[in-house]
Amino acid sequence: MSSFMKASIGRKFFMSLTGLFLIIFLFVHLTLNLLLTFDDSGVLFNEAAHFMATNPIIKIMEPILALGFIIHIIWSGWITLENMKARPKGYQAGDNLLKWYAPAKNMFILGGMVLIFLIIHLFNFYVKMRFTGDPLLNQPGPGLEDGVHNSYALVANLFIHYPVYDIIYILGGILVGLHISHGFWSAFQTIGLNNSKWMIRLKFLAHLVAFLIGAGFAYIPLYFLIKF
Amino acid sequence: MADKILKKIYVKVWRQNNPSEKGRFETYEVENVSQGSSFLEMIDILNDQLIREGKDPIAFDHDCREGICGMCSMYINGHAHGPDSEITTCQLHMRRFEDGETITVEPWRAGAFPVIKDLIVDRTAFDKIQQAGGYVSVNTGGVPDGNTIPISQVDAEEAMDAAACIGCGACVATCKNSSAMLFVAAKVSQFAKLPQGKVEAKRRAKAMVAKMDELGFGGCTNTGACELACPKNISISHIARLNREYLKAKFSD
Ligand code: HEM
Ligand code: SF4
Ligand code: FES
Repeated sequence: MSSFMKASIGRKFFMSLTGLFLIIFLFVHLTLNLLLTFDDSGVLFNEAAHFMATNPIIKIMEPILALGFIIHIIWSGWITLENMKARPKGYQAGDNLLKWYAPAKNMFILGGMVLIFLIIHLFNFYVKMRFTGDPLLNQPGPGLEDGVHNSYALVANLFIHYPVYDIIYILGGILVGLHISHGFWSAFQTIGLNNSKWMIRLKFLAHLVAFLIGAGFAYIPLYFLIKF
Repeated sequence: MADKILKKIYVKVWRQNNPSEKGRFETYEVENVSQGSSFLEMIDILNDQLIREGKDPIAFDHDCREGICGMCSMYINGHAHGPDSEITTCQLHMRRFEDGETITVEPWRAGAFPVIKDLIVDRTAFDKIQQAGGYVSVNTGGVPDGNTIPISQVDAEEAMDAAACIGCGACVATCKNSSAMLFVAAKVSQFAKLPQGKVEAKRRAKAMVAKMDELGFGGCTNTGACELACPKNISISHIARLNREYLKAKFSD
């Protein structure tokens, strides 16, 4: 199997599986986050956040998710570096067949920006909820039992009082959407689940999935920005 | 209608005497070029001029000059085989260029295709991939009578589409990763759809991919630039098939 890990197609195989896994995660994550916009009292979101923080299945999934990210990121760097080495000298006239901004050409840059967003995002919420704590988390709120965090207060406070973060989160949504607009169909191509008929369908689906995820995540900060 | 004459054009071309020399661009003026002449004829005129001036003519690969041999590798104004799609350089005409234009001509750029001289690159890497498995070595009997081996029209067409690959290397030249996946996919696909090719399918996919990786081509990231550059319109759906054939072979090991 070690020859498979090193082979060009083998490496991409891991990229595609982790990428599809991350897309599934994003759908779950987005569904829960949209609860933020359904109930301004925060009861709904706090319940969901509490469920996610205590549910054993989610506990098991957390390290698997981290591993998925780590493999995807390390492999992406490895693949990108190897691919750059394959052309030691470039063209003076550039390569003009695809537009410079085509997501397919910029997967590493888009992914890298998503990674920067991810780090900011983890510090905004995850680190506080899990490790350092925050006074907002202990703020009393409707329907909050003892010992349950007021996660809604933490999120709402950031989005209502710091427009800079709204912009960062909207950008994050757009960037991950662009990454997926290529990544989704590319992953199916990589595992061989594509042909000339499905090519068009998968590319359409990729744009749909990318739009749902990108617009969905961008909608949440927009909601707070406009409503409050 | 008589062809228009381009009074003067500038050809900015890569000159490199040997594989180890650094190389440089030189710009030459060519006068009175008929728009009816082909791109290679324009280079011929330029070379004639260079020879008269006692200079070294530009070395470039060409053979059939009718789009079937795949030799005429030139990266013109940022496009493999020039600005038109689905043609080779030898089928490109000077109609596509304007009077006074500077045309930049570069060799294929890929670590696996080192420059030999000027615009000529060494494409033996393709031969090596082909030799690693791009053949049928089982006995398939004599030439069969028509329709004795049932092959559906769809499969026959698909195999023929793949077999149209002329091994020109435009896919490698265009791919930002210098990946040879479209070429290898075409060479694997042309057998994968036919009964004669199925016997050795697993060995073939594994051996050709291993050789491709070994020779320093990059990996495929599905940008699709290759199929846009390919003069024979080979589709990247063949790459999906190659991935499928390769993964099937690896997982059944
Ligand atoms: C939630 C976040 C992410 C999702 C949903 C995601 C999803 C995907 C998917 C589905 C692919 C296609 C795989 C294939 O072509 O077979 C992909 C490719 C890629 N991803 Fe991500 N990704 C994410 C984050 C990242 C991050 C953080 C990085 C890098 C720092 C990254 C870098 C890349 C690169 C470079 C590719 C292209 C690899 C190639 O085509 O060979 N991604 N991603
Ligand atoms: S796949 Fe197309 S571009 Fe690549 S070598 Fe074959 S004919 Fe040329
Ligand atoms: S010279 Fe044969 S294809 Fe152009």
